[in-house]
Amino acid sequence: MSDLMLKVRDLKIGATVYPPNAKPHDIEIVHGVSFDLDKGKVLGLIGESGAGKSTIGLSAMAYGRGGVKITGGEVWVNGVDILKHGIGDLRKLRGADVTYVSQSAAASFNPAKRIMEQVTEAAVSQGKFSRRDAEARAVELFDKLGLPDPENIGSRYPHQVSGGQLQRCMTALALCPQPDLVVFDEPTTALDVTTQIDVLMAIKAAIRDTGVAALYITHDLAVVAQVSDDIMVLKMGETVEYGPVDQIINNPQEDYTQALVSVRSIDHEEKAATPEPVLTVSNVTARYKGTNFDVLKNINVELHPGQTLAVVGESGSGKSTLARVITGLLPPSTGQIDFAGRTLSPDLAQRSKEDLRELQMIYQMADVAMNPRQTVGTIIGRPLEFYFGMRGAEKQKRIKELLDEIEMGDGFIDRYPAELSGGQKQRVCIARSLAAKPKIIICDEVTSALDPLVADGILKLLLDLQKREGVAYLFITHDLATVKAIADSIAVMYQGEVVRYGSKSKVLSPPFDDYTDLLLSSVPEMKLGWLEDVIANRKMESAGN
Amino acid sequence: MRIPLSAMIGLFFTAMYFFIAIFAPWIAPYGLTESVGDVWEPMSSRHWLGTDSIGRDLLSRMIYGGRTTIFVATAATILSFTLGSILGFFAAVVGGWADQAISRFVDLIMSMPSLIFALVVLSVMPVTMTVLILLMGLLDSTRVFRLSRAVALDINVMDYVEAAKLRGEGRAWIIFREILPNALSPLVAEMGLRFIFMILFVSTLSFLGLGVQPPAADWGGIVKENKEGIIYGVPAALMPAIAIATLAISVNLVADWVLNRTTSLKGGRG
Repeated sequence: MSDLMLKVRDLKIGATVYPPNAKPHDIEIVHGVSFDLDKGKVLGLIGESGAGKSTIGLSAMAYGRGGVKITGGEVWVNGVDILKHGIGDLRKLRGADVTYVSQSAAASFNPAKRIMEQVTEAAVSQGKFSRRDAEARAVELFDKLGLPDPENIGSRYPHQVSGGQLQRCMTALALCPQPDLVVFDEPTTALDVTTQIDVLMAIKAAIRDTGVAALYITHDLAVVAQVSDDIMVLKMGETVEYGPVDQIINNPQEDYTQALVSVRSIDHEEKAATPEPVLTVSNVTARYKGTNFDVLKNINVELHPGQTLAVVGESGSGKSTLARVITGLLPPSTGQIDFAGRTLSPDLAQRSKEDLRELQMIYQMADVAMNPRQTVGTIIGRPLEFYFGMRGAEKQKRIKELLDEIEMGDGFIDRYPAELSGGQKQRVCIARSLAAKPKIIICDEVTSALDPLVADGILKLLLDLQKREGVAYLFITHDLATVKAIADSIAVMYQGEVVRYGSKSKVLSPPFDDYTDLLLSSVPEMKLGWLEDVIANRKMESAGN
Repeated sequence: MRIPLSAMIGLFFTAMYFFIAIFAPWIAPYGLTESVGDVWEPMSSRHWLGTDSIGRDLLSRMIYGGRTTIFVATAATILSFTLGSILGFFAAVVGGWADQAISRFVDLIMSMPSLIFALVVLSVMPVTMTVLILLMGLLDSTRVFRLSRAVALDINVMDYVEAAKLRGEGRAWIIFREILPNALSPLVAEMGLRFIFMILFVSTLSFLGLGVQPPAADWGGIVKENKEGIIYGVPAALMPAIAIATLAISVNLVADWVLNRTTSLKGGRG
């Protein structure tokens, strides 16, 4: 028997779409994809959202999510074309020979059952192991995946372990029935960077030790480069480039792959601090109503006109709370915020219209930051009307100017947010804040929900607008690559405190404190062998461990 | 745009009932109180549905009765939705003690069965159309309040509402421009249901003798006047029941369609 584990030939997948004003009809979303996967090897599937990565991954189990069906081609698992088999045979295959690790472990585990029960469930019900053997195997896997207290962690409930640990439990779940093939669907995307590398390392070691074949799906090329042997780059359901990882990373042939490899290489010259900061946060401490601990502890930062201050940290470090304090949504318990030569009232309701106008905000999720029942014209036009009293032709003219500034034509005026792509939505949100002619825009993770290439476009636009309009950004992010691209000064936050603060060059050059070192070293790099180097050299364990 | 068959049927019957209600004096073959035949005459070409307990034309009574019933129910529904949704949105947006005060007061009213409450009030107040509409509208607005407050609470935490607050928008803008358009589809669907409950409610009150007063007709009253006939095999009392049932079903078919249409259209031009 050959080593070929999974053979996919000319796979075509279709889906039924239900457009609002037309008859439902079928479209093809994957157009004839072929690949091979040997035993013990890892194939990375990479592409933007909508590229068909997950759909192809699930086809290895002959499964299509709601409304999606495989319309053509062959999927050979262990020398059997599974598409020719009925549901009974597939049921024997799924969860036994082919298993699946999903993106959100928190949403995939049943909160009412203990971890051990869920990890061993498939292995036992598929008849691969007795309960006792399955549990012994699970403990072994917990140990291998670096989970603390492997003997007893199985008796905990899902909410009693951290996100990174739960994701590793899910990997144990997938490996427990001794499958031939595991499909990893964005297993680290929802995790913090510092937790991500532990999970990545654990997954990589587990794949190596158990000798399973794996499909690794992600949108982050730097991540997939660490775990894969081969990479397939997908775009709109078609193969762009397919080859060994070394070739894809170091010698990409196609334009699209080259763009993916060189993503986040925006160059930004750091500006020197000006004498008069536009925003000064002094000694701010804040806590949420009804809690007994401070989310922000004695924060002091400054933002200079026309510059960018990046606030970096993991989830829970207090970054977004700082934004809420500055905007007045959460009045601080102590401390003061000075803005453009005046002291801002701590409470939103007490602030003048001018204060509100000059301090704008852009959100992470552009889809919920815009009223779905308002057109782009209304969304951008409202601040013009509200702050400047613009009406009629004057307002229309300004809306068109703003749409031009964000590189979208005036054809979008009558569109609704649902008719825009993710990047376009974020652009409209940027135009809405620009319409107020602000001095500062607070950007809360504005690129986190976007595909890398789209995010790059947004960052370029923001830098461009800063040059033209002289607006300052308070840029909140967990992504250090983004910070390197756009910041002039950086504040690193950890557990509600600013642990490192200064100009970009100062913050990003050694000597580092342990936390900044961990954070900096955790950003995946487009380099083979990066993961092993980091694990070998770091000084501090991540909090998710 | 394609209208599904079920919605077509619903629209047709709903429109027909409203048309008949509006143009009752022109459509009804006889007067409301005219005695034109014997007691409980069977269906004939002169009297399509026969005559009632004192010899009035049942079809004409039904047409005029529909007019009263639909008018009272429509007016009460409009009242309850205006009041309930504005208070609900207000409570959700303002929050704090205002929300507590309104919500607890609503709980208090809801803790009493509406029918008993209505009977008590109507036994001390003069039973006029206005009192009836006000009473039904107020009682039902508590349910609309609950729904609209829940829907608005969900919408109120969306980033676009926060963005509007940060812009410095007033409460009126947030309620009517940000929340209301996004709360419409559940409210419209509920409106269909509540309208039917209003029809049943006013019919019940009339049946018990505390609703629309004779000689004016309404569907509940017609059942009451003719209920003895059932003993003798006279179907007159069943006619209003059939009318209520068909109207209820058709209004619900329309409401279902509206709900589907507005939720599937994510751009929200519905």
